[in-house]
Amino acid sequence: MFENVDLSLVNWSRAQFALTAIYHWLFVPLTLGLSFILAIMETVYVRTGDEEWKRMTKFWMTLFGINFAIGVATGLILEFEFGTNWSNYSWFVGDIFGAPLAIEGILAFFLESTFVAVMFFGWNKVSKKAHLVSTWLVAVGASLSALWILVANGWMQNPVGMVFNPETARNEMVNFWEVLFNEVSVTKFLHSISSGFLLGSMFVVSISAYYLLKNREILLAKRSILVAGIFGFLSSLLVVYTGDISARALASAQPVKFAAFEALYEGKEKAGLVAVGLLKESDRKIGEKAVNDFVFRIEIPGFLSVMTGGSTDTFVPGIIDLINGNPERGLLSVSEKMERGRKARDLLIEFKEARKSNDTEKAEGIAALFRDKKFNDEYFRYFGYASLNKPEDAIPGVKVAFYTFHVMVMLGMLFILEFFLAIVLLFRGTLRKNRWFLWLVLFSILLPYVAGELGWMLAEMGRQPWIIQDLMPVTTAVTNVNVGSVITTFILFAVLFTVLLIAEVSIMIRQIKIGPKH
Amino acid sequence: MSSFGSLLNRIFRFYYEGFTTMSWWGKRIWIILLIKLFVIFIVLKLFFFPDFLKKNYKTDEQRSKHVLEQLTK
Repeated sequence: MFENVDLSLVNWSRAQFALTAIYHWLFVPLTLGLSFILAIMETVYVRTGDEEWKRMTKFWMTLFGINFAIGVATGLILEFEFGTNWSNYSWFVGDIFGAPLAIEGILAFFLESTFVAVMFFGWNKVSKKAHLVSTWLVAVGASLSALWILVANGWMQNPVGMVFNPETARNEMVNFWEVLFNEVSVTKFLHSISSGFLLGSMFVVSISAYYLLKNREILLAKRSILVAGIFGFLSSLLVVYTGDISARALASAQPVKFAAFEALYEGKEKAGLVAVGLLKESDRKIGEKAVNDFVFRIEIPGFLSVMTGGSTDTFVPGIIDLINGNPERGLLSVSEKMERGRKARDLLIEFKEARKSNDTEKAEGIAALFRDKKFNDEYFRYFGYASLNKPEDAIPGVKVAFYTFHVMVMLGMLFILEFFLAIVLLFRGTLRKNRWFLWLVLFSILLPYVAGELGWMLAEMGRQPWIIQDLMPVTTAVTNVNVGSVITTFILFAVLFTVLLIAEVSIMIRQIKIGPKH
Repeated sequence: MSSFGSLLNRIFRFYYEGFTTMSWWGKRIWIILLIKLFVIFIVLKLFFFPDFLKKNYKTDEQRSKHVLEQLTK
């Protein structure tokens, strides 16, 4: 099928979606993280009655409000793109996406119109406790809102809890709980929100460091670092833990992606985790795709096996095992999966013909087969492979997966160290003397954004060619529209989002320079 | 006034006072927000992002047939 597809259309449609998602994710994690920090600060204020904590809460709430208002609704554009540029995909998944996205929409609406309003307008109009409850509900609600989006995304990475109905050409949800508690969704949700908590904490610590460097708002800055430093340290540990369980979930649901982000070509037991490495293309090939070798690497022996199965004896399949198959390890080759996918597709063609010729009995027989568990497990789950031309089409960009993963992990380690040092120096009373550290955390303000975006690039580019793992490649999902119109909207988005970002940053910088009200 | 009417009145006054006593940054943000929503829902949605299947096919049956064709190409 790949040769029948205008790849420039696919690539521009992907670029457009990526641009929108990247910009959207600039706003979301700060909302997730800062909302909890506000709630903690306000809780201290309500418990102690200390007006300084109220002033702090109000100051950070101002920055939260700027980010929230500028970022709100930017995610809706992604839904527009589903309908226009990814209509086949949108129809194919409709029933699965419908429920989580509807819940998210309703939740977001009530959250934004009610509790955010109480948070900003209600300081002297509702009781202290009612205000505090609203602030906590905004924090919890923002994370719950993210849950439903990540449930939808998790389903794309690991489609479960549905059957395909050939009558409607749609997947229909048969088990809501299986979709909700999908292993990939749960780990992705925990990893994403904890990275948001980390980002919010770094934001607060960095701006507080700015005040300490400027020798102003000392009490606010120190108390803010106390709250955000501890919250950030705990969050960064949670990010590591959830990253680990997320990797384990990927190892079973998306083994090719897992092997790609370690550039592991030959599967083995006692597989080491590459801490640092540099790749180059070698002369070896899988089909027409070059294999990447390491120029150098520093490896933690056996750790990848432990990450995958809890023991160094765990076999971790490499890309070659997954593409060519490994019968000893029970791994099907991609060629075999393509065969099985084609059987499922041929059956769908037969269903289409039977319906055209009004052969109801035959059509009903085939439709029943698509509801059969054995048929689904053995054939339909490989449906997307029918669209591949060559087995190596199932290999994602190994270099992209490898570097995005490793830079993200290195940044994660840096954040743990920075939060730890911030707490230690604060408790020792030497934070202001260590100006190098204040400069370091000030310049680290953008790094959690980089780490978060790299994480999404790994998640989405690392699972290519699939839009829905094993069921639908991006080439089938895309709508056959004029590529020129996609390029136009790409440019429009780039302009719109850049203007929004400049507006956000300039208003925020102005507010930070003004500082909290006295 | 009934208790429900009184509640509505209090909610209205809550939002009204909130918006009218807003700080400079709040007002600026609201202007940006309204322009953004206009661009997203009016300009982008109406002129650039029609729902492809809804626009080109009248019924769900026709849409299913179209997608089935795409899946079996």
